Amino acid sequence: MSKEKISICEDLADVMPPEYHTLVENATYGNGERGWKDIGSSKELIEQHSLCAGCPEALAFRYVMASIPNPEDTVFVGSTGCTSLVFPHVAIQNIHSLFGNQNAVASGLVRTLRRRFPDKKKDVIVLAGDGATVDIGLDCTMQSFFRQENITTICFDNELYANTGGQESGLMQKGFVAKMAPVGKTFEKVRLPEIAREAGCHYVACLTVSKPNRVEKAIKNAVLVAREVGPTYIQLYTPCILEIGKQSMEGLDEMKDAESIGGRFVMKEYISDEAKKLLDSVEAERKAKKKAAKAAKK
Amino acid sequence: MSQYQVKAGPEAYLPPAAASMGIVLPDPGEAHIEGKIVSEDKAYEHCAKKLLEAKVPTIFPGPLVLWKWNEKAAQKAAAVRRLAEILPARIIPMADYRPKYPKIDPEVEINPNHPNLTIWHSNIDVGLFVGVHCHQANLALKIIRGGTNCYTLAMCAQAGHEDACLSFRDATVEKIDKLTATIERLKKEGVKSQAEPFTQFKMDRTGRVD
Repeated sequence: MSKEKISICEDLADVMPPEYHTLVENATYGNGERGWKDIGSSKELIEQHSLCAGCPEALAFRYVMASIPNPEDTVFVGSTGCTSLVFPHVAIQNIHSLFGNQNAVASGLVRTLRRRFPDKKKDVIVLAGDGATVDIGLDCTMQSFFRQENITTICFDNELYANTGGQESGLMQKGFVAKMAPVGKTFEKVRLPEIAREAGCHYVACLTVSKPNRVEKAIKNAVLVAREVGPTYIQLYTPCILEIGKQSMEGLDEMKDAESIGGRFVMKEYISDEAKKLLDSVEAERKAKKKAAKAAKK
Repeated sequence: MSQYQVKAGPEAYLPPAAASMGIVLPDPGEAHIEGKIVSEDKAYEHCAKKLLEAKVPTIFPGPLVLWKWNEKAAQKAAAVRRLAEILPARIIPMADYRPKYPKIDPEVEINPNHPNLTIWHSNIDVGLFVGVHCHQANLALKIIRGGTNCYTLAMCAQAGHEDACLSFRDATVEKIDKLTATIERLKKEGVKSQAEPFTQFKMDRTGRVD
């Protein structure tokens, strides 16, 4: 797959609906500088979605899709959950795995892609909910970290099993009472970012999606490090407004509260020395390019 | 040998998968007509007649011929266009497999998860599928056989489809062109297309332009 291949056969172009024409003409495939600021001015890679109105996960999806550096050569591996309701609408290759084994599928995929396309940069990104990443799929998630697989794992953390009615998950905060967890959670939220760091992830970030520029930076860093160095992990707080009793317009406030000082989602980031070296060189290269472009303009 | 025949529906709300009724896929060089294995030549003849005798013959090109994955895909798209023009037949695309509810316009698109809506909307009596990934084709063909009276023809690039009323396998540009040539020959022999007059819709990035 490459951006050249995202084109319509000329002989049948005149019967293709307009959304596909705009996708080919106005999407950001092949643009190395793509980011969340393209939202609203370019064709997004997510056409529409079937999530609830005001769902922060939809917001997260839009930022993630806008931020990945190489969408035409990226494959997402997803798992069952609210995320899997969105993947059919996304103009990026994706695989729906069995619940919990997404990191195992991604491991096989990235190894195969590297062997099949040794000259190309192919990114494999796992995107799953907290149930698939931390509870049922924890084994596969951890083993992929231990094996130093070149994959990015993004966990949409809504702190419970949302689309099955609100059961307790490992990432749920202690004491929280959900619709199907009436006693309240009796133990602390699993500290997966710390576990990921100790398990060998080279880039770890935990944040909410209230600030798109932060999300973009974290996603880009994670993908670049996973491509060149080793496994990376990002945990994004995407509260389920229905299950925590909020209104559609309250998702953003909930995330802002959660990231305020003393909150569960104050942004934290861990970068290994190797990853830092890589990110510094990428940043230096980007700055030099920008400077050269500015000089050429003059 | 199975007594089951893969006929045009409506068969049932949930029709059985033809494979579960004993229908098997053709070997290379063969095709099947209503579940019976026949030579490819016989299938061209039958397919051409079915398309010519239809009131609303329609071609449903899928992602494998709509998108320019490679030069071969572009050549197949050109062959599909030649086939549509010689018949004549409507072309209604199946550009991807997204469940596009409720936005989809059944006049200009076929939703693989509810193909019956498009078929009902335009009273399509014979439909030829080409360039649809097998997993989605199997689903769409079964839904169509379950709920509509559309006679389904599959021009499959892999091993064929039991759930189509007629299925070719290993479809290539040459095979599509051979079907076009068969239709041309039948027309020269005096077989007239029974298609009702229609105008093929045209699209650009602003929407319908016809």
